Amino acid sequence: MTMQFNDETFRGDYTYHNSPEAIRRFPFPFDQDTYMYSVNIEQHPGGPQGTPFEKMFDVDEHYVAEMKDREITLAEDPLRCQSLPHMELAGWDLLELIMVSKARDYPDLFTLHRDGNDWHWVNKPLGIEKNFTFLDATTLPCGPMEYITRQTQGDFALLHERDNNLWMDAGMITSQADWSLDFDVGMNFFEWHAPVPKARKMGVFDKALKFLLAVDQGQHYRRLNWTMTVNPRLDTSPENYHKWGPEKRTVTPENVGQKQFLRVELQTFFRLPRSNALAFPIRCYLMNLEDIASKPKWGRRLHRVLRDIDPALAEYKGFAVNQKIIVDYLSQFDDGAPTTPGIFPDV
Amino acid sequence: MKKLCLKVAAVEQLSPLVKRFRFEDPTGASLPVFSGGAHLTVEMPEGDMIRRNSYSLISDPYDGSGYEIAVRREDKGRGGSLYMHTKVAEGDEITVSVPSNLFQLDLRARKHVLIGGGIGITPFLSQLRQLDMEQKPYELHYAARSREEAAGIRLLPQAAHIHVHISEEGARMDLGAILDGQPLGTHVYTCGPDGLISAVADQTARLGWPKTSVHSEAFTAPPPGEPFDVVVKSSGKTVHVKADQSLLEALEAAKVEIDYSCRGGACGRCHTKVTACDGRILHNDHWLSDDERAAQQDIMPCMSRFKGTRLELDL
Ligand code: HEM
Ligand code: FES
Repeated sequence: MTMQFNDETFRGDYTYHNSPEAIRRFPFPFDQDTYMYSVNIEQHPGGPQGTPFEKMFDVDEHYVAEMKDREITLAEDPLRCQSLPHMELAGWDLLELIMVSKARDYPDLFTLHRDGNDWHWVNKPLGIEKNFTFLDATTLPCGPMEYITRQTQGDFALLHERDNNLWMDAGMITSQADWSLDFDVGMNFFEWHAPVPKARKMGVFDKALKFLLAVDQGQHYRRLNWTMTVNPRLDTSPENYHKWGPEKRTVTPENVGQKQFLRVELQTFFRLPRSNALAFPIRCYLMNLEDIASKPKWGRRLHRVLRDIDPALAEYKGFAVNQKIIVDYLSQFDDGAPTTPGIFPDV
Repeated sequence: MKKLCLKVAAVEQLSPLVKRFRFEDPTGASLPVFSGGAHLTVEMPEGDMIRRNSYSLISDPYDGSGYEIAVRREDKGRGGSLYMHTKVAEGDEITVSVPSNLFQLDLRARKHVLIGGGIGITPFLSQLRQLDMEQKPYELHYAARSREEAAGIRLLPQAAHIHVHISEEGARMDLGAILDGQPLGTHVYTCGPDGLISAVADQTARLGWPKTSVHSEAFTAPPPGEPFDVVVKSSGKTVHVKADQSLLEALEAAKVEIDYSCRGGACGRCHTKVTACDGRILHNDHWLSDDERAAQQDIMPCMSRFKGTRLELDL
């Protein structure tokens, strides 16, 4: 196996860390020095070699540790994974999409052999080897969506299309930015987006939904979203707010560089073949301010974005309480020099 | 739109007016599987333009070995179906889109009632295979004028829950009898002439069915009409739309960049803003709301036409 997987935690002693390679390939979300909501959608996969945009489902050094963290969260709260009965077929579609993509993109980590509906799956990093019958749920230890998403980084929402809307009828959600599957399950696109400020009035959601409804098989898309998280914690759920909310108060000018993380979501959209459902993977990348500022372009730009951001967005994203400490810290990396277009670091 | 270059593997006359076509990958590779009710868009090059029509898939949705469609010859149409009937033969190459679905089954339903009139039987041929595989309860009703016209009969399995109604033989379809007494949670799907779709809508409304349990697909190809001109705002170019062309086809022939999927007024992809309109837009789509139609600031070029002196599009 070529890839090395980190031994690290996303809770308790928080030993999560990024290697120099992980820093270089971080999906920095800002292509200019200001930020406002927009319908920022582009084709997926596709991007420079080594970036997380290159493959359908990016696998990186955090893979094994993230899967262990998901296991802990699910053991404490099984409702983080739910699938309404009519979504099982979409679960099989998702399992096929992920297994086929990973076996093709990472042949030294995953293999898939198919003989009709008799499938043989090997996941080397997690030490899994399984024979099962495709479309027969009795041959797996759990439902198909749960089975494959316990082996894939990122959260997953499966959307059922009806009445010209999308309905969140299934999901595996353990690394979310303060929203709850148990609360949102069964809601439609406008209902689950209701807490977001400004965007509905700007027409962002009307346009985004129209776009999503027209996504066809064989064309996939992505967008980046971001927020701020104190400590490298994947499970920032409303259910566990009492565990992570108070940690916001532990940020000081001395420790902000290590403790404050930029949390980036690489969201992708896939139309699934048999169910005609939409799959919406939400992959989370975490990097602290110190590591971000190691790339001069990113340090300058992040300072300007967070300094000038609309207060409603800082409030919604939950970092308004620490905004001054964060911006003061980042100002030391901003010499006022112009930044180059695009998200990639210059060096 | 992702495209597939396939080979015509079989052509078969199903009835005097309907032919079945089977397409396969030329190298024998497996094609993307699909969901019941999905359609394909077929490209038909004619001179310097490409005509594109959408047809429901009638083959097994989980079988990637080939795609099948059934095409009814429309002698008064724009020529798409005539092209399929007269120009396409076994062994030819043909370009199609990947399958896309605007008429999917709602798998939450307790029971599915499928009602097809005439060539409107086509989307149900893939749906019933999916329902069989998913082991969902359903019944299908197929109405046609005469046995000779009922091309679908040869494609339907013989089973107690498959009902054929031939009006010439005195067996007219009785919607009241079909819909009354269905268990709670039943969904009904209709495809065929507008009259059939509205009759099912009326009947289910009378019986108090929720609107969300009533689905329909009025599968229409763009209608021909009088020729007209449009102006493309960005270039100032005037594009002429011929009688047997859709506005979308004319824009494509003039190399104007425009998106599409269904080409039948149902998916919303071709939605275009109107920047000037002196005349009347003839809206033929199923996408825009009544208010949007009346405002004349939006048009669906795949279906709609224009009568008047000036129409300018934001393209
Ligand atoms: C079907 C796919 C999608 C799902 C399942 C989804 C789900 C969500 C959820 C659960 C939230 C959190 C809302 C809360 O605070 O409770 C959210 C936020 C948001 N969504 Fe979506 N979304 C989808 C697609 C999109 C698309 C295509 C856009 C395009 C613009 C979009 C824009 C946003 C924005 C701007 C926010 C606020 C994020 C922030 O400021 O951190 N969403 N979404
Ligand atoms: S292409 Fe679908 S509405 Fe025009």
